[in-house]
Amino acid sequence: MQQYSVPRLITKLLLPLILLFALYVQFHGDFGPGGGFQAGVIFAAGFVLYALVYGLDNARRIMPPWLLRVGVSLGVLIYAGVGVAGMLLGGAFLDYGVLDSHDPVHGQHLGILLVELGVGITVASVMISIFYAFAGRGR
Amino acid sequence: MLLSLLVVTALAVIRLRDLFAVVMLFGIYSLLSASLFVVLDAVDVAFTEASVGAGVATVFMLGTLALTTSREKTPGAHKPLLPLLVVLVTGAALIYGTSDIPHYGDPGNPIHQHVAPRYLEDSAEEIGIPNVVSSVLASYRGYDTLGETTVVFTAAIGVLLLIGGARRRRRSEEPPRPDREEEDA
Repeated sequence: MQQYSVPRLITKLLLPLILLFALYVQFHGDFGPGGGFQAGVIFAAGFVLYALVYGLDNARRIMPPWLLRVGVSLGVLIYAGVGVAGMLLGGAFLDYGVLDSHDPVHGQHLGILLVELGVGITVASVMISIFYAFAGRGR
Repeated sequence: MLLSLLVVTALAVIRLRDLFAVVMLFGIYSLLSASLFVVLDAVDVAFTEASVGAGVATVFMLGTLALTTSREKTPGAHKPLLPLLVVLVTGAALIYGTSDIPHYGDPGNPIHQHVAPRYLEDSAEEIGIPNVVSSVLASYRGYDTLGETTVVFTAAIGVLLLIGGARRRRRSEEPPRPDREEEDA
């Protein structure tokens, strides 16, 4: 796709908006539709678009496969870690109410935010890794 | 209207032999399903369907086509009578079954009597966030979502093991050493 300047330019314009929208969906999931899963997929879609237009090698340079492999497991670890943290603070597994010692509702907020972040990281990394696997295989 | 468009798309998918067009139609099918979910007021589900079904899944299927072939093999001569009969009987049984399903949106439905009222009425106090879907997914049903995240994680491990893992790439980048070739043999 080196010779098509219009898709390259449009991608350059769209990419920050896509990634910003993914972050918005991620952290605004408490208030509007969306959440970690959707945000992860949108974030991955942004990278897929970049890789399609600018080539797989450039995409690999920005988001190297080792980072993705860390991300795939990091998200699940964050999720389970929030659950274990709740247990250490004296609650049940995945009971976010104890995360804030003063106000259980604040604890719920914090827990949901962290858990959704974990889901988002895992889903985005998984989608990009699968895309790398498919796109890298054909060459 | 949307449902009939869905049926038309599905029929086109069955008739077409060009898999590239089929993948595109699948994307359209997902988009139509997403619109249907919006009509049913399930915006979160619609969001997921639009981003996964119409977006990323289409790209993955195109990637699969690039690896394999974009023409479906024409099936040999076969008798469609028995499969047609099975499909018709199953479809008739399913349609007969829908007559027993409670009406859509009826507040007296069993599904609205179990835990849903508690989620809707108490989540504002207990969780304190406006999007009830998020509080159900992440807090009340936290175990399920943890399981789903693990499923996604496992899927990635499976795909990476099956096609193009790190081993394959490393082998093509490094010059093959004699001892490694012996291992492979």
